[in-house]
Amino acid sequence: MHAAVVTSGRDLRLDLFRGIALWLIFLDHIPSNLVAWGTIRNYGFSDATEIFVFVSGYTAAFVYGKERRERGFIIAGAHILRRAWQIYVAHVFLFAIYLAEISYVATSFENPLYADEMNILDFLKQPDVTIVQALLLKFKPSNMDILPLYIILLLLFPPILWLLQFRSSLALGASVLLYVLTWHFNWNMPSYPSGHWYFNPFAWQLLFVFGAWCALGGAQRLSTVVQSPVTLAIAAAYLLFAFVISLTWYLPGMSQYVPHWLEELIYPIDKVNLDVLRFAHFLALAVLTVRFVPRDWPLLKSWWAWPPIVCGQHSLEIFCLGVFLSFAAHFAMVEVSGAVWMQFLVSGLGILVMVAVAGLLTWYKRAEGRSPGSRSRKTPDADLAGGEA
Amino acid sequence: MKTPVAATLAGLAVALLALGGTVVAAEGQKCEIPGYLLSGSNELKHVAEAVTKDRRLTIAVVGTGSSILAGPDGPRSAYPARLEAALKQRLPSVAVKVVTLVRTRMSAEDLAQGMAKLLVDEKPDLVIWQTGTLDAIRRIEPDDFRAALDEGVETLHKGGADVILMNMQYSPRTDIMVALGPYADNMRVVAQQHEIPLFDRLAIMRHWSDTGAFDLYAAGKDNVLAQRVHDCIGRAIASMIIDAAHLGPVESKAGQ
Repeated sequence: MHAAVVTSGRDLRLDLFRGIALWLIFLDHIPSNLVAWGTIRNYGFSDATEIFVFVSGYTAAFVYGKERRERGFIIAGAHILRRAWQIYVAHVFLFAIYLAEISYVATSFENPLYADEMNILDFLKQPDVTIVQALLLKFKPSNMDILPLYIILLLLFPPILWLLQFRSSLALGASVLLYVLTWHFNWNMPSYPSGHWYFNPFAWQLLFVFGAWCALGGAQRLSTVVQSPVTLAIAAAYLLFAFVISLTWYLPGMSQYVPHWLEELIYPIDKVNLDVLRFAHFLALAVLTVRFVPRDWPLLKSWWAWPPIVCGQHSLEIFCLGVFLSFAAHFAMVEVSGAVWMQFLVSGLGILVMVAVAGLLTWYKRAEGRSPGSRSRKTPDADLAGGEA
Repeated sequence: MKTPVAATLAGLAVALLALGGTVVAAEGQKCEIPGYLLSGSNELKHVAEAVTKDRRLTIAVVGTGSSILAGPDGPRSAYPARLEAALKQRLPSVAVKVVTLVRTRMSAEDLAQGMAKLLVDEKPDLVIWQTGTLDAIRRIEPDDFRAALDEGVETLHKGGADVILMNMQYSPRTDIMVALGPYADNMRVVAQQHEIPLFDRLAIMRHWSDTGAFDLYAAGKDNVLAQRVHDCIGRAIASMIIDAAHLGPVESKAGQ
C-alpha cells in the first residue's frame, strides 16, 4: 500500500491536508456529533473549509497551469469547464439523496414538541419550484453549499489562470480588490427562497486565487517571510488569541472577560464573506504548518499518512461520499440511537469507508494503467491530480 | 489509523465538557442544567424594580409554534404557563402574570413589528422573545435577521421593558436539514451588545439530549415528552429571571 502514495513531484502535504479537511468536513456535517468537538472549527476562527478551498486552488493551478503551458489555453480551459460540469452533476446527485432523506424523515416525524421545525417541509409542497431552483444552484439545502462555490470558482478560473501565469501579482491584486469591493458593496449571489449564498463566491475566491498564486511561484516568493521567526511568533500569538476567544463561545462564563470594545471589533465573524479574521487564522495555521511539516517529512510516506493522503487525492469523490455518509450517519442516529457510542461508531465507520473507497479508486486507476497524482499522456487526469476545486 | 486520533479528540471533548462547571438542579423533573448555561452578567433591572417596589411582575412571551402546545391541556402545560407557576411559587408575595403572544410561521422581523403594540397593550416588565427557527428554515439573510432583532430589542428597551432572547429548540431529527448556527450566533451577538440575557434553549436541550434526560429523537404523537420538556424550560427561565434580577436571597427575606 505504501507504494500507492505517488510522489512524482507532488507536494504530498497538499493531499494530506486536503484529506484531513475532508474528514473534518464529514465530522462537522454530522449534527449532534460529539466527535466534531475535536475538529479545528472549535479551536479558532477558521475551519476545514478554508484548508479545502486553498488546497483546491493550489492544485487546480498546479494541474491546469502545467497543461496550459504544454497544450495551450483552449485545451486547459476546456478541461477546467469539464471539471465544473462534473462537479455540477455530483451536486445534483447529492441533492437527490438529500430529497430522499428529508422526505423519509418528514413522513416518520410527528412530535408535537417540534411544530415549528415541521416547517422545513414547506419546500416539498412546491416541487416544481424547488427542484428547478436547486438545478439553478439557488436552492441549496444545508451542508450542500460547498460544491456550488467550486462550480463558480472553476467557471471563473480560466481567465484567472491565464492572468496568473502572465502577471501573477496583478491577478492576486485583482482578487484582493474583488474581495474588498464585495465587502464594501455587499455583493453576493441570490438564493432561494431568500437570502444569499452561504459561501459567497466573490469573497471566497480570494482564498482559491491565493492558493493558485502560491502554486505558481508565490510560495517561493513568500518563503523568506514565512520562515522568519517574527512571522512565526505573530502567527502563534494570533492562533492563541483565536483559541482563547473560541473558548468563550463554549464556556459562556468566560465571555465576561472579553472586553466590550473587542467584541464590537471582532463580532460577528462572518463565514459567508470569509471574514478577514478567518483568512488570517488560516494564514497563521499555514505558517506553522509549513514550518513544522517540511515537504520531505518522512511521515508523509509512512503508513500513518496514507489514509488521509489517499482521500485527498480523490477529493471530489470523497467529498461527495462524505456528504452522503453524513446524511447516512444522521439517519442511523435518528433511527437506531443518538447515544455517544453511536456518534463515535458512525464517525469512525464513515472515515473508514472514505479511506476504503479512496483506496479502491486508486486501485481502479492503477488497473487502468494510470497512477494517481500524474497525468496520462492523452488526457490530463484532473480527477486524481486533485485539479478540482 | 484514525483510532488514536479519535481517542485524542474524544479526550479533548470530554475535557472541554468537564470545564462546564457546576450543575443547577431544577426541582422535580430530572432536567439538570449546567450553571453556565443559565447564569450571566446581564441584569434585568426593570424586573427587579417591578418586583421589589410594586410587588407585581408582568411578563409577555412573544414567539412562534414552539411556545405553545396543542391539545386541550396545551395552554396550561406549555412553558409560559409553567414559568408563571414556577414564579408564583418562588415569589409568593408578588402578583405574577404571564401573557403569550404566539403567532406561528412568523420570522423575527414579523415579530419585531408587533413589539410597539405589545408595549401599549400589555405594559410588560419583561418580554421573553422566542425566535430564530423560522428565519433559519427560510434561510433569511443573517444580517437582516440581526437587524430585526436589534429593532425589536430597541423598541422594547425604549418602552421600558426588559428583554430575554430565547433561541431555537434542539431538534436532532431535523438537525441536518436546517443550519441554525448563523442564527444562534447572531442572537448571541445581539444579546451581548444590548446586555440582555439569552436563554440558550438550543444548548440546554442539547445538554438534556446528551445526558439522556430526554430522548429528543423520539417520534411520537403524544404530548408527554413535549409537556415534560416545556415544564423544565418554564422552570429554567424562572431561575434565570430570579438570578438576573437578583431576587434570590433578598426576595426570600422580604417574602417571609
